[in-house]
Amino acid sequence: MEKVIIYELESMYRDSFRVTGYRFGSGEKTMCVVGSMRGNEVQQLYCCSQLVDRLKTLEAKGLINEGRSITVIPCVNPYSMNIGKRFWPTDNSDINRMFPGYDLGETTQRIADGLFKELVGYEYGVQFASYHISGQFTPHVRMMRTGFESVQDAKVFALPYVVLVDPVPFDSGVLNYNWQIWETKAFSLYTQETSRIDRRSAMRVVDSVTRFLNRIGAISYDGKAGYIPDVIEESHLISVQTSEAGIFEPLVEVEAQVNEGDLLARVIDPYEGCVRQEIRASCDGVVFFRHSDPLVYADTVVFRLIPIGEFRFRPAGQDSE
Amino acid sequence: MIEKVVSIQLPVDEELRVVKNRIAPEGLPDDAKRICIVTGTHGDELEGQLVCFELARFLKDNMQHLKGIVDIYPALNPLGIDSITRGIPGFDLDMNRTFPGRKDGSMSEYVAAEIFNDIAGADVCIDIHASNIFLREIPQIRINELTAEELVPLARYMNVDFVWVHSAATVLESTLAYSLNAVGTKTLVAEMGVGMRLTIEYGNQLSKGIISLMAHLGMWDGPIPYVREPIVSVDGKVEYINAAKGGIFVPRIEHWRDVRRGEHLGDIVSPLTGDVLVKIESPCDGLVFTLREYPVVDEGSLIARILKV
Repeated sequence: MEKVIIYELESMYRDSFRVTGYRFGSGEKTMCVVGSMRGNEVQQLYCCSQLVDRLKTLEAKGLINEGRSITVIPCVNPYSMNIGKRFWPTDNSDINRMFPGYDLGETTQRIADGLFKELVGYEYGVQFASYHISGQFTPHVRMMRTGFESVQDAKVFALPYVVLVDPVPFDSGVLNYNWQIWETKAFSLYTQETSRIDRRSAMRVVDSVTRFLNRIGAISYDGKAGYIPDVIEESHLISVQTSEAGIFEPLVEVEAQVNEGDLLARVIDPYEGCVRQEIRASCDGVVFFRHSDPLVYADTVVFRLIPIGEFRFRPAGQDSE
Repeated sequence: MIEKVVSIQLPVDEELRVVKNRIAPEGLPDDAKRICIVTGTHGDELEGQLVCFELARFLKDNMQHLKGIVDIYPALNPLGIDSITRGIPGFDLDMNRTFPGRKDGSMSEYVAAEIFNDIAGADVCIDIHASNIFLREIPQIRINELTAEELVPLARYMNVDFVWVHSAATVLESTLAYSLNAVGTKTLVAEMGVGMRLTIEYGNQLSKGIISLMAHLGMWDGPIPYVREPIVSVDGKVEYINAAKGGIFVPRIEHWRDVRRGEHLGDIVSPLTGDVLVKIESPCDGLVFTLREYPVVDEGSLIARILKV
C-alpha cells in the first residue's frame, strides 16, 4: 500500500487541506473508490476506511492481482468534516457540483480539478454517495443514464437494487456524470446512512466492492454472496408525502415489505401529542427510502416505495406501446 | 394591499408565509400591465430590501401617476432572511436552484411553484440580488445570452452601470429568472452591492431605474428620472482574478474605477509573518466592476472581475 497526497492546498491558519489516497497493487488503473465529499458523509468515510483495511489485509496475503491498481480516497473534504459543515467552509459551495473542475477557478473548482486529474483513466469508478435530503436508503447502486452507463456491470455489485436516473442539467457538475463522460464506468453506491455510522450496511457495500474487484480480476478473494439485483428506474418509485407538519414517528424500517394501506408513519402534534396524520402505503411495495429527521414539514417526501410487481426495466429508446 | 402568495405549516407552532404588496390604482382596465419586483431569494442578500421600501413608499405617495399593477415581493425566502442564511434553512438548499418548483414536490419545491405561478404572466419581473458577503458589485443587470435580444433593450432603462450578457451555463436553468423567461415572462436579474449590507446609493439608483422602466412600459406617467447609459458587455470581455494563495486580502484600489495593465490592485498578506504573500496586479486595462469585500481568501477565491477596455 502506498499513501499518496492527491491534492493539497495551503491555508492561512489551518493545517494544509489534503486529499489523501491509498494505492494498492500496481499497473493498470483498474478501480478508484471515492468516499466522503461532503462534511456530513461520515458513513461514506467509514465505508472507505473499512475497504482500506480489507485491501491492506488482502495485499499482505498477495491477493491483489499482478498489473492491477486500486485507489481508495476516503475523504475529499476533510476541512468541512472537521468542523461539522456539509459544504465548503467559507463559501458553502459543493465540491460535487464542480466537476470536472477548473485549475484557475474558485477554490472548490480547483479541488475538483486536482481530484479529477487523478480520477480520469480508471476503468471503474465508485463513489460512496449521499442524497441531498436526509433519510435512510436501501443499499443500492445508482447510475445516471448518460449513454455510457453499464447496467450489466452495476449488477456485479450484487446489492439489492440498481437504480437508473435520467440526469438533469443540475447533474452536469457531479462526479458520477463527469466520470462517465470521461469513459470511466462510474457507479454511486448508497448505504443506509450518511451522518451516522451503520456498520451493517457499511460492510455490505465493502463486501460488494470486494466482490466486484474479484469478478473483474483485480483481486483473488470473493466477498460474501450477494443479491441478484432488480434494475429499477428512479421515476418508477412511488413517493409518499406528508400533508401535515409535526413530529415524525416512523413505524417501518427501510427494506420492509408493505401492503397498500399499511400504516407507515404518523405525524404527531408537537404540543398536544395527538395524531395529525397517518401516513399509509399507497401501493404494495418495498420501503426504498425513509425520512430520518424527527421533525417534518408538510408536503415532504417521507417514503419512497418500490412498487412490487409493477416496475419493469426498459432500456433507453424502447418506449412502451 | 398585502396578499399571501403561499403559506405552509411548519412543524412547531409556526406558519411560513411568503407575501407580496400589490400596489395598483383603482379602476384599472383588465389588460393593465403588471411588473413584479422580487428579492430575498438568498437570505443574506439585503440590497433589494431598500429598493422595495423606496418603491413602495414612492408609489404610495404618487398613486395618481401609476397606470398599472406593481407587485412587490420583498422576501421570497423569509426563513433565510430572518436567520441570516443564504439558502433555505433546514434544507441546506439554494432556493434559486429550485424553480419552477413542483406543486407535488417537497416543501421547498411547493413554495417555489406557488411563487413562480404567482409571478408568471407579468409583463416584466425584476429579480434583485446583492452579490454575496464576499464580493462587492456595481449595479448591473445580468442577462443570459439566449434572451439578450429581448432583454437588453429593457435593461437600458434600469439606471445601472453595466449590463453583462453571459453564456448559458446549464446550472442556471433552475433559477427563477431562467424559468420565468422560459415561459415568456421577461425577467431581468439585477446584482448590486454586497451581502448582508445596504448600499443606499445603489438602492436609490435602481429604484429610479424601475420607475424609468415603468414609464417605458406605459405604467407611469409622472416625471421620468434621468437614467445613465450602461456599458453592455459579453463574457469574453471580462477578466477574472483569483487568489493565488490563501491569506488576508487587502485592497489597494477603490471599487468601480479604471485600472491600467500592471496596476497594483491589492495584496494577499500573512498577519502571522508580516509578509506580502501575493502582490496582485491588473492583467489588463479595464474597469473593476467586482471587488472582493470579505478579507479572508483561500487559494482560488475570486478577488476581482475586470471589464476589459
